[in-house]
Amino acid sequence: MSLLDIRGLTMKFGGLVAVKDFTVSIDAHELVGLIGPNGAGKTTVFNLVTGMHAPVAGTIEFQGRRIQGMRPWRVYALGIARTFQNIRLFGMLSVLDNVRVADHHRGEAGLVHSILRSPKFRHEEKRTTDRALELLSILGLDQRRDELARNLPYGEQRRLEIARALVSDPKLLLLDEPAAGMNPSEVGQLMELILSIKERFNLTVFLIEHQMKVVMGVCERVVVMEFGEIICTGKPEQVQCDPKVVEAYLGVQAEESQQ
Amino acid sequence: MSYFLQQLINGLQLGFVYALIALGYTMVYGIVKLINFAHGDVFMVGAYLGFFAMANWALPFPVAILVAMVGCAVLGMVIERLAYKPLRNAPRISALITAMGVSLFIENFTNLNFVFGPAPRAFPRPFAVRTFNLGGVSITNITVIVFGVSILLMVALTWFVNSTKTGRAMRAVSMDKDTSRLMGIDVDRIITITFGIGSALAGAGGVLFGFAYPQIQPLMGIMPGLKAFVAAVLGGIGIIPGAMLGAVIMGVVETFTSAYVSSTLRDAVAFGVLIIVLLVRPTGILGRPGREKV
Repeated sequence: MSLLDIRGLTMKFGGLVAVKDFTVSIDAHELVGLIGPNGAGKTTVFNLVTGMHAPVAGTIEFQGRRIQGMRPWRVYALGIARTFQNIRLFGMLSVLDNVRVADHHRGEAGLVHSILRSPKFRHEEKRTTDRALELLSILGLDQRRDELARNLPYGEQRRLEIARALVSDPKLLLLDEPAAGMNPSEVGQLMELILSIKERFNLTVFLIEHQMKVVMGVCERVVVMEFGEIICTGKPEQVQCDPKVVEAYLGVQAEESQQ
Repeated sequence: MSYFLQQLINGLQLGFVYALIALGYTMVYGIVKLINFAHGDVFMVGAYLGFFAMANWALPFPVAILVAMVGCAVLGMVIERLAYKPLRNAPRISALITAMGVSLFIENFTNLNFVFGPAPRAFPRPFAVRTFNLGGVSITNITVIVFGVSILLMVALTWFVNSTKTGRAMRAVSMDKDTSRLMGIDVDRIITITFGIGSALAGAGGVLFGFAYPQIQPLMGIMPGLKAFVAAVLGGIGIIPGAMLGAVIMGVVETFTSAYVSSTLRDAVAFGVLIIVLLVRPTGILGRPGREKV
């Protein structure tokens, strides 16, 4: 059974159709890429899946449960975590707190426990902290735990976002352009990282990316969007040669040069 | 010299009460970017709750503070749910005007005879006033209690915001609401808690104010509320230590104006401070210059 099942998803902003009849099914433990020119509606798909927007039409099922229109923090609690195209860390929180705060939903020890510092609260807090430190060390950020997130260099901020997304033990990880702004050697490390965390945490990954090296290097299947619609789906090497994809990326010139 | 120290003590006492109010302004602003103009009236309701707890229900003073804190926390959360939550996505000016409306409503509603009534009431003193003389400076047991309770509450708040799970979530929400939502935080719940905590502090401030300046009436919240707002702006609105610092400065400046210049000028000086801050350093003493704040 598929982990994420999106059917007929449609989203409009005013008169603009951002996503139209988007249908994709992702199996557990799959690594699927979502590509397309700027403005194709890729990030909107992520925003719909995570509950940032409610779709105009269509359904999103996660583990057989309908989640479209559900509030974002509830979707997150079900096991869908994400990173952002333009890094969105809590700049004035420490690196460690950035990770720990993302575990807020979990744990039953609420406000009263937290004020009274009950054993239950301390136990949960310790579990959260241990888990956060483990993730920081996996991502090579354990030396930075007490620094403010905004003082980290760019590449480390990207890794911190991934650590934060993992603390909730998600089943599905959405990565929105994880390689944006990275140099080629950082991109190589990132690809290894994505593959290793996928195995280690038994993740299903859905990623948006512009760098073809990443898409071709790690994705098992690629979905191509243009103007809000899927124009092609398939293995990376198939997609790469699909004339519609070439046209979407390179425009009419591709046709002209072929003639 | 002893006159100066005496006035400094008086100023600090006033400043600590302002601080308890200013914290609510600044926390709410930090999280929802709203100046909650009804906050001064929550402070007034706190004073009345303390009054009823002691005069009518014969509860001891510490319990009266707790009654006022709990009552005001509930009031603050109800105001948030009824008046501000429906406007969460409306333009900010709508919420601001609503806040003024809520403020006027509370003032005029409590002024009705069957609620608190317009007549001022004498705040009960649960014990005799005792004066200690320390090298020419006289300090009353009331001052000691006002200092003690305010400092205790400010330390508790600082600890809460910096060291608890909910406090951590509050800081995250104040930085980026959308991302907080996507990271599993129930933002609406955090906002409600923030209003509750801010209002509870104002409630405690109301009881201490009545205790120190023992006359209360339904419009008593207006001036302290506005001055606490100035204090929050002075310290850097949205910044918790800034509210404490700004409030202490405001209390001292106001008292010194009364003592050395003229007591009729003290409000003018207080609001003059606001004008100067807005001209010279609109982000406040602890605010980072250059960041957009309204």
